[in-house]
Amino acid sequence: MNQFLQQLINGVSIGSIYALMAVGYSLVYSIMNFSNFAHGGVIMLSAYIGYYAVTLLGLSFLPALLVTALAATAIAGIIERLAYRPLRQRNAPTLYFIISAMGMSILLENLVIATIGPQFKTYPILFQETTINLGNLSVSKLDILMLIISAISLILLVLFLNKTRAGLAVRAATYNARASQLMGVNVDGIIFLVFALGGALAGIAGVFFGMKYTVYAQAGVITNKAFIAAVFGGLGSLPGAILGSILLGVIETFVAAAKSQFRDLIAFVILIAVLVIRPSGIMGKSSEDKA
Amino acid sequence: MEYVLNVLTLAGINLMVVLGLGLLTGYTGLFSFGHAGFMLIGAYTSAYLTYMWGVPFPLALLLAGLAAGIVSLGLGRITLKLRGDYFLIATLGFGESVRLIFDNIDIEPINGARGFSGIDKNSNFVSVWIVCIIGIFVLSRLIRSRFGRNFKAIREEELASSTIGIDVFRTKMLSLFVSAVYAGIGGSLFAHYMTFIKPINFALVKSTELTIMAIIGGLGSISGAVIGALLLTTLPEVLRFISDWRLVIYGATVVILIIARPKGIAGGREFKDFSWVKKLCSYLPFAAAKAVPAGVADEPKTREEGRKDG
Repeated sequence: MNQFLQQLINGVSIGSIYALMAVGYSLVYSIMNFSNFAHGGVIMLSAYIGYYAVTLLGLSFLPALLVTALAATAIAGIIERLAYRPLRQRNAPTLYFIISAMGMSILLENLVIATIGPQFKTYPILFQETTINLGNLSVSKLDILMLIISAISLILLVLFLNKTRAGLAVRAATYNARASQLMGVNVDGIIFLVFALGGALAGIAGVFFGMKYTVYAQAGVITNKAFIAAVFGGLGSLPGAILGSILLGVIETFVAAAKSQFRDLIAFVILIAVLVIRPSGIMGKSSEDKA
Repeated sequence: MEYVLNVLTLAGINLMVVLGLGLLTGYTGLFSFGHAGFMLIGAYTSAYLTYMWGVPFPLALLLAGLAAGIVSLGLGRITLKLRGDYFLIATLGFGESVRLIFDNIDIEPINGARGFSGIDKNSNFVSVWIVCIIGIFVLSRLIRSRFGRNFKAIREEELASSTIGIDVFRTKMLSLFVSAVYAGIGGSLFAHYMTFIKPINFALVKSTELTIMAIIGGLGSISGAVIGALLLTTLPEVLRFISDWRLVIYGATVVILIIARPKGIAGGREFKDFSWVKKLCSYLPFAAAKAVPAGVADEPKTREEGRKDG
């Protein structure tokens, strides 16, 4: 039983990082209907920015997190302007966006390899990584902190989308971009905002990812899993992305405990199973083609 | 010189897969990020057959294509009903699953992630390009057949095609099958050229690279596939002198091309004007009589022209 609870906590904590990443995929998908594979590149860059914020600038944990989130917001915004806006203005088909995103992610990954190098980097220990004992369970401080900060960020995002005027505009645009444009919503600005929001969360996720594992340029394995989590929950649905991520984190942890080689495979098996059984995911809207 | 031949051979291997993708994407309108998975199946099939049972290479090559094709039938059955972008995600999942499964098959001589070594060196520049030319010929016949017109009808308007009696599902299945056979053959050529293969050779990056080749070259024409495969295989090699930066430039090129020239370099046209060959031939005293007929093929119309007619 203890073992079970322990694994559950680990799973939820990994799931919460996935959630921060998956929300970025889902937000962009909900408004632009394409899978933004460059998002993985932003997460990877954030892990590096956080690393240098801590080592070079000597910032402590929270300021470093803030700086990284701001930088990632800027990067995501720049990518939107450079790689997607020209396509958007021409009403290019979805696939062109995906190709542009793929090109962008190749560019970002190799930019890091060319400038910083392919070596692994390890975050210095920012706080005494002692474990907290809860009854018979021991949980690492980092895991708890990750869980709390992820939850706060996600709650802030949901509040922003549901309580502010800009959030209302985002929701309107996801529902029908064209109609909301006619109603006076600046859809171009809203799309920029959505990328920026996704970027901010990617920044936080990148730092956590770097602290929990190591920092390296080919972070695609992790970020692809976040994408799978978004599909699992239902692409374009925010609660779905969060739920899918937590579920994926938990399932993965239990599978890894049973047979560690299947850790990565299980994610793709889930992906295919979801697409076959229910392509719209757990909480997504029906993906029936309206002919 | 050997280096140039090496690059051109790899370009030919990529071309074989890109031809299949060209059919699937350019003519049928389906996008795949999982064709490296079919390559992997082809590569391991023919490597295993030749290594364990001494099957002659040409037969192993065909069986490799067939194996990939059979797997594609299973994949198609469960995924071809999915809407456009979900099909793409499913192929992505398929490709990665195949790789991860092979990573975990730890028996001789497959050896999981450590790789399959000691494969006979059976393909070289000449054999790869002979296979490619056969591939181009077969594909151009297929595109000009009734099936070819069905593919394009589905690409343009799925619902309308089904109302005029095209079996959309089976036609898509055929397109996926043929493209998987091409990828399997490409994989087999790769295995017998490199003599050492690892599942990681066929990761998602490879699938992406292949689809990018098909798109940058120009969808909806065989010439486009040839240009895409040749250009994007040689580009990183030409840029090798700037070592680490070459893939940065590669990525930037992809973004710039998709923004600036989204129809690809060939832009759906075929290069079929061979009059310059004729002219050249006429200078040769003995060949003047049998000059190459210009515009050998009455190539199908491109997307725009077809629309204007309709």
